[in-house]
Amino acid sequence: MQRMMSRPLFWPLTALLLLLVVSGLFNPGFLSLQWRDGHLYGNLIDIANRAAPLALVSMGMTLVIAVRGLDISVGAVMAIAAAVAAWTITRLGAGNGSGLLPLCAAFGAALGVATLCGLWNGLLVSKLGMQPIVATLILMVAGRGLAQLVSDGQILTIYYAPYAYLGKGFLFGLPFALFVVAIIFLGLQLLLNRTALGLFVRAIGENPRAAHMAGVRASTITPALYVFCGFSAGLAGLLVSSNVSSADANNAGQLFELDAILAVALGGGALAGGRFSLAGSLIGALIIQALATTIYSSGIAPQVTLVVKAVLVIAVLLLQAPRFRSQVMSLLRRRAGKSA
Amino acid sequence: MSNWLASRVRTPGTLSLMVTMSLFVGLSLAGGVRYPGFLAPQVFMNLLIDNAFLLVVAVGMTFVILTGGIDLSVGAVVAFTTVLLATLVQQHGWHPLAAMALALLVGGAYGASMGLMIQRYRLQPFVVTLAGMFLARGAATLISVESIGIDNGFQSALAAVRIPLGGGTFLSTGAVASLVVVIGATVVARYTQFGRTVYAIGGNETSAALMGLPVGPTIVRVYALSGFCAALAGVLYTVYMLSGYSLHATGLELDAIAAVVIGGTLLSGGIGQVPGTFFGVLVLGLIQTLIVFDGTLSSWWTRIVIGFLLLAFCLLQRLLVSRKAFQ
Repeated sequence: MQRMMSRPLFWPLTALLLLLVVSGLFNPGFLSLQWRDGHLYGNLIDIANRAAPLALVSMGMTLVIAVRGLDISVGAVMAIAAAVAAWTITRLGAGNGSGLLPLCAAFGAALGVATLCGLWNGLLVSKLGMQPIVATLILMVAGRGLAQLVSDGQILTIYYAPYAYLGKGFLFGLPFALFVVAIIFLGLQLLLNRTALGLFVRAIGENPRAAHMAGVRASTITPALYVFCGFSAGLAGLLVSSNVSSADANNAGQLFELDAILAVALGGGALAGGRFSLAGSLIGALIIQALATTIYSSGIAPQVTLVVKAVLVIAVLLLQAPRFRSQVMSLLRRRAGKSA
Repeated sequence: MSNWLASRVRTPGTLSLMVTMSLFVGLSLAGGVRYPGFLAPQVFMNLLIDNAFLLVVAVGMTFVILTGGIDLSVGAVVAFTTVLLATLVQQHGWHPLAAMALALLVGGAYGASMGLMIQRYRLQPFVVTLAGMFLARGAATLISVESIGIDNGFQSALAAVRIPLGGGTFLSTGAVASLVVVIGATVVARYTQFGRTVYAIGGNETSAALMGLPVGPTIVRVYALSGFCAALAGVLYTVYMLSGYSLHATGLELDAIAAVVIGGTLLSGGIGQVPGTFFGVLVLGLIQTLIVFDGTLSSWWTRIVIGFLLLAFCLLQRLLVSRKAFQ
């Protein structure tokens, strides 16, 4: 038991399971799964599907935070990617019968622009030595303006079936978005665990100076992680806009930067850098979505979600703080001493 | 005189302040050349009237940033204050002044509790104030989801006050209040022990502590000040809009941070001035006014231009700081 509790994924997983069990107790039928029209239906599938964009963004955020960085422009990058994809599809006049070429063009353009956004952030942080918050603040402020520039201030509606498949389609009875998340996750796991990259990322996060002395090339790795973060935000933007068949420059990806940071913290990643867990962040994203779905389906006002999230962040932060832990520990010990 | 000027120019803060002021003057002149009526005195008075709440928030933010911290909760605290005031006045029959006093207390206490967590448990200001932002917005929506209009006689009278300045120009009560805040904050930052401690913490927290300065209490006070300023801005916003709404002032924290940076304050702390923030806010307001006067430019250009200015000023500061480090 002791050994299980010290496993890094123990607490996030326990929190997720507890949340699901409690919702199952309060809403009978919450946990049921059904097979209908060749698809799997149910709240659990719904939670996973809705959490997919956040899961993608959280993975990018995890790696950036792991090297003592932060990317608060992800929400704006999502809006830009969605606007670029919608713009490309409208420009090409793609309808339902126009094949897959417009789809490839839209994906290429959107992900290309998102990757460039990531590169921009990475260069500002790594080459110019700006603080990550400041560097990404620039794109966060300007990004939604750029997205509106692309979409001309309109909410672009997309009438093109292949595009909708990304966010609404099913493969082998499961939402297609889940496969996108799984592929990115497995690819990253391979890259981080089968090569030395994972070690380098941890080294830079734990002690940038020592990593530099040991010959870790932070000046290449750090920008690359920001590039990936931009890419994953772009992909998340595509998922969101495909799910609602439109691109809204003002509201797509709103507050995603905050949720992604919360997901990283909930998953056990150290916000000061170094320790990180991609699987943990995925679970963190699932916890956030499970919370929102639970609150929504149990008839509590959805505004409560914000308050609950705030309390969660504070609780997780305090539990991560050494001084708070030692205070609580000494308090517990005193109690134990008195009762004995 | 030239010696004094030279020594002033060499300190990075002052040079940034001069750049911001010249930017303001340059933008005004450019506007005056392109658009007739742009240089009318009332245009500049309106800058103050329309940005009074942003100015007050940005002043509080300046102190936080000077210590090397950041406060992301300010926009949400403004929204919470407007909802609190509107509910108390409209639905519980409080006198507006009593409600305002309570709102200011709540804002200050809210900031102080965030400061306490940041200081005591060494938590990152970014994340703590982020949680504070969620909490304040959530609390505002819990009080009321819908926008609450205010038709209290005193409140409306306050909103209608026009303080004449001669030559047909006038200011609102909010604008005057924000000017008082700017002057007060400038004095506090320059001539009090609290102000000097703030600069010392931003310069090097460890040295400040070793010098025996009250680092811990000052950090808590700085966040309390920012919360108080945000609540005061919420009061001004309520008078300006005559309504309380949980979605008021979304993204205000970004505008405030942008104004502080454009005003020449270093985000790493220790360098910057309150008057710089004043001009930073005016520059932001001026960009908006320019776009309104032009009439053909779309509103999203504001965001893009602010982003560009942020970049320019960050680069300028990097340049100044690295030059200082080499000397």
